[in-house]
Amino acid sequence: MNMMAETTLEPKQAQAMNEPVYKMIGNKVSVFYGTKQALFEVSLPVREKTVTALIGPSGCGKSTFLRSLNRMNDTIDNCRVTGQITLDGQDIYDPSIDVVELRARVGMVFQKPNPFPKSIYENVAYGPKIHGLARNKADLDQIVETSLIKAGLWNEVKDRLHEAGTGLSGGQQQRLCIARAVAVSPEVILMDEPCSALDPIATAKVEELIHELRSNFTIVIVTHSMQQAARVSQRTAMFHLGNLVEENDTDKIFTNPDESRTQDYIMGRFG
Amino acid sequence: MSDAVTLTGMPAQARRDIGIKRRYAAERRFRAYGIIAMAVGLFFLAALIFSVVSKGYTAFVQTTITLPIEFTEKDVDPDNKRGENPAVLAQGDFAKLIKQGLAKRLGFDPSDRKSAKLATAMISDSARTDLRDMLVADPSLVGKTVNVSLLAEGNIDSANKGQIDLSVPEARRKVKDKQLEWMKTLRDAGDLTKAFNTGLFTNGASSRPEAAGLGVAAMGSLFMMVTVFVLSLPIGVAASIYLEEFAPKNRLTDLIEVNINNLAAVPSIVYGLLGLSIFINFAGMPRSAALVGGLVLTLMTLPTIIIATRASLKAVPPSIRSAALGLGASKMQTIFHHVLPLAMPGILTGTIIGLAHALGETAPLLLIGMVAFVADFPATPLEPSTALPVQIYMWANEAERAFTERTSGAIIVLLTFLILMNLGAILLRRRFERRW
Repeated sequence: MNMMAETTLEPKQAQAMNEPVYKMIGNKVSVFYGTKQALFEVSLPVREKTVTALIGPSGCGKSTFLRSLNRMNDTIDNCRVTGQITLDGQDIYDPSIDVVELRARVGMVFQKPNPFPKSIYENVAYGPKIHGLARNKADLDQIVETSLIKAGLWNEVKDRLHEAGTGLSGGQQQRLCIARAVAVSPEVILMDEPCSALDPIATAKVEELIHELRSNFTIVIVTHSMQQAARVSQRTAMFHLGNLVEENDTDKIFTNPDESRTQDYIMGRFG
Repeated sequence: MSDAVTLTGMPAQARRDIGIKRRYAAERRFRAYGIIAMAVGLFFLAALIFSVVSKGYTAFVQTTITLPIEFTEKDVDPDNKRGENPAVLAQGDFAKLIKQGLAKRLGFDPSDRKSAKLATAMISDSARTDLRDMLVADPSLVGKTVNVSLLAEGNIDSANKGQIDLSVPEARRKVKDKQLEWMKTLRDAGDLTKAFNTGLFTNGASSRPEAAGLGVAAMGSLFMMVTVFVLSLPIGVAASIYLEEFAPKNRLTDLIEVNINNLAAVPSIVYGLLGLSIFINFAGMPRSAALVGGLVLTLMTLPTIIIATRASLKAVPPSIRSAALGLGASKMQTIFHHVLPLAMPGILTGTIIGLAHALGETAPLLLIGMVAFVADFPATPLEPSTALPVQIYMWANEAERAFTERTSGAIIVLLTFLILMNLGAILLRRRFERRW
């Protein structure tokens, strides 16, 4: 209840005080897989230190849009992106932007927990190591600890940091992946259905975590669960058939959407 | 119970026939076929191993005859020059020393040429060089009498092992009655004994079976395996990583893929011809050299390694790649930190199977001249040598009984190496295998 109160209050306050700050802006983004177009000129701004939920039926392009925010689509052979996506005003598809640097700034958590088959410590330490974020071992230990604390996993794993990350339960693994993403201090964290493989208790923990992470990070989350979108996000964007149907404050989308398609989807009439 | 019947609306016995019995019968039949197939395979394996081991185990022991040999000065150094030039000792008449030793031991007159001929025929010709080496190593033996164990001649060895049919009339067998009598005397006195055949592992080629060994062939095979391992593992792994991870998927890479798969099926003799024309005729490398053999076998092994490596790279779950890429690891870091370690067991298994295949390969080596009579150990891979399977091939062509057992003995040695390598592959895979 407390959470809902916040979500309703904050955007209004922000708007009252000043214009919202946009961290990433997608401008007429189209994505093609070969000749098949998966996304049609989607223009979607992402507000800083806000949780933006992307909802819509399967195959509507929400994951595609998410993956184009940190250029994970580049890894797909025949994928082509047109339009413009900016991060702090800078075009991320500009040739001068290094994709490695971009992904250090825009982290990602995947649908299925995918820890490396290494120890818990190494899982978290890997990102800082390759980006040279720690000057020495003590620094690295500190980063690992802070990240695990931020991911709410520290108390559960502090005595077994050197055991395999794959030995944790599904929910713990997903929080480990979040800790791993947090460890490189990204500005934006993308989450692709992070709870779809988790049970309700683990889901609740991850949602709580997302809620806490919002104070430091900009979060974009794809979800199939309407309740989840309503619980964790402040802004919601509804996708359908590769088009952005509408984007608005979460409570507005869930109570009084502008588009009938959004209404139908939320009510479970299609999708 | 009656409730259930009324609920389904049908009496229990009228249940729909969904072919449960038929399905189970089919499964039982299939299992029976499987067991039959296994049994046939195991039968032939057992037959092979039985035939090889039963023929070959005797090759690992060797008959020796202990004789009192007197290094008489007039036979080894008639002019007494060894003080100034010890090399004269190498020119001594060692055949005579053996004859005298036999005469003394068996009690016949050394001037009795018939007996002397029969007796000396019992000792391997290689015994002369053994005595020579012994004396050159220790010149103080001159004038002394020493009990020396000398290699028995191949036929005597076979007779001692009971491999010669003695019911055949004397004129038609290689071992004469007189020799058998002497053998019995010697055996009863403990001077004709069977000992472990170290020569099988240390000697080179010889036309005398008792002195022939696998040493040179094993050395050649070792050189070749090192060459194959050093070249084909890095080349194969680098090629597969490039093809699997970096190369664009287009017609050219499709063509390359088809060709690699084809190359894996090309008969090995074709690789031999290729090696002959490229490495020997064009590049001018020496014939019969282990290096050339290794290069040819490398070409032959590469497709196997590439196919195995690509398969194991493909088997690494894409989620691991995504995880690393999503953290901002470069493609190179993703591959070397995460993908390659996970693919390692598969790569090593493929490599060792490729090596084992190469170790047993004969045909291409015949074409590059490794089928040769090489008695001296090769010091470098550029010197002539043979290989284990080629040695088997050459011994199989020999007529003597003792070569037959050596052929099987060599097969046992080769199979042992192959089993060890495959065992190593399994252990490595277990060691590296991780779940994700």
